[in-house]
Amino acid sequence: MGLKEFVEKSFKKSPWVLHYNCSSCNGCDIEILACMTPLYDMERFGMVNVGNPKHADILVVTGTVNHKNKEVLKNIYDQMPEPKVVVAVGVCAATGGIFREAYNVLGGIDKVIPVDVYVPGCPAKPEAIIDGLYKAAEILKEKYEKMGKAEEVLK
Amino acid sequence: MIRMSDKSTIPFGPQHPVLPEPIHLKLVVEDEKVVEAYPSFGFVHRGLEMLVQKKDFNQMVYVVDHICGICSAMHGQAYCQAVEELIGIDVPERAKYLRVVWAELHRIHSHLLWFGLLADAFGFENLFMLSWRIREKIMDILEATAGNRVIISVNIVGGVRRDIDTEQAKWLLDELKEVEEGLKELEKIVKNNYTIKQRTVGIGVLSKDDAYMFGAVGPTLRGSGVPIDMRTTGYAAYGNLDFEPVVETDGDTYARTIVRVREMFQSIDLVKQAINKMPEGEINVKVKPNLPAGEVITRVEQPRGEVFYYIKSSGGKNLDRLRIRTPTFANLASLLHMLPGSTLADVPVLVLTIDPCISCTER
Ligand code: SF4
Repeated sequence: MGLKEFVEKSFKKSPWVLHYNCSSCNGCDIEILACMTPLYDMERFGMVNVGNPKHADILVVTGTVNHKNKEVLKNIYDQMPEPKVVVAVGVCAATGGIFREAYNVLGGIDKVIPVDVYVPGCPAKPEAIIDGLYKAAEILKEKYEKMGKAEEVLK
Repeated sequence: MIRMSDKSTIPFGPQHPVLPEPIHLKLVVEDEKVVEAYPSFGFVHRGLEMLVQKKDFNQMVYVVDHICGICSAMHGQAYCQAVEELIGIDVPERAKYLRVVWAELHRIHSHLLWFGLLADAFGFENLFMLSWRIREKIMDILEATAGNRVIISVNIVGGVRRDIDTEQAKWLLDELKEVEEGLKELEKIVKNNYTIKQRTVGIGVLSKDDAYMFGAVGPTLRGSGVPIDMRTTGYAAYGNLDFEPVVETDGDTYARTIVRVREMFQSIDLVKQAINKMPEGEINVKVKPNLPAGEVITRVEQPRGEVFYYIKSSGGKNLDRLRIRTPTFANLASLLHMLPGSTLADVPVLVLTIDPCISCTER
């Protein structure tokens, strides 16, 4: 296996996940953490939780956006290298959920950054989160391949 | 040679690997020592207290349940107790015991969760996995008895919405036996492990007087030797159950860890007592659609300490005002007292030692 194939394979088979809690109630966050623990074990799909946006391929966001954290979220998203995929976990990440009417809530995170996968539930079940992450990994693969084509055209 | 100032400022958070929640600390460090710490908040502020104007008092139960996913049952409980006192209804005895059962199960899962995060903060990944594996048993119990894993929304104004029948209670006690086995294992590790001791003994010392002066609550306070526990006021069915507040005297992170570990055993015992003493009967009573005028405060012991609810109503369906003081808010002063003088490497441990819940604090 050449270096290029090796990089390609490890990229597709092992996406790294970054989790950011926008303004959630913690319910979805602890379910995401539960996904990493022995019972659900997200690592069998090669997904590793990382703390640095610059290392991450998939951004998992829980909770709604408010006036203070929208910049933080945008900042984290911008720091991630292309290609990247965003997963919105929980109904409040999708639409604002139960907090929708509160005065400091802007709505779902798609108001600030583009979202690829929505995982419903309040809180989303670990099984659903893993399913969503798996879908995200597939989208990541597609995006990666498209990017490769674009590079060839540019050559 | 001209030297630049020895002080530098390091941002900690809002997105940080050890924190599942966004809190921002501006740390002024001198070499490796933290000299000052300034917190900044508002990343999780949603404005839930104001929602009382839009949702009626029954719907509000579900909103307060979503203040925090970790201790949601206790938020619901505190709110319901306040409204019940305002209306002046007596909750059926069985409902009171059921509330104790769910609240104590929440305490166990919250402490296990915290313990895992603490282990993760000092790099003991394996222990994180171990404690979360034990926690999954509690999640199973919650799902089986209430229908959801995390936010169970069992409390309603006037009682609870689900019952635990005899068969389920028997199964629950069997499961708890397994949890207890796991906890014993965990306790052994905490008591004997070199790494844990190195990272927690003598870290973040809070003397008895300081803890009292800064208004600390919960395990942070009890770890410093002050035996204050809201459950001793006898709300819900705690008055009929037999327990003592868990107290340790050293006041460091290790003491607080031991407090929490011992509290988990206490909680298991309380669940057993509650199930055995639970009388038969109704689980909720009907509530009139309109509230009387008045104000009420309630206090409930959450895993992180005392939560304080104040409600005010001038009649009608909606409350006028809801005010919540959460345990983490009370403990922040102690945290800011502990940070200066510590080394940078200890900051994650110190932040976790008060078991911060930012969702609660900012609502
Ligand atoms: S979707 Fe529900 S459980 Fe998840 S963060 Fe939002 S309110 Fe909490």
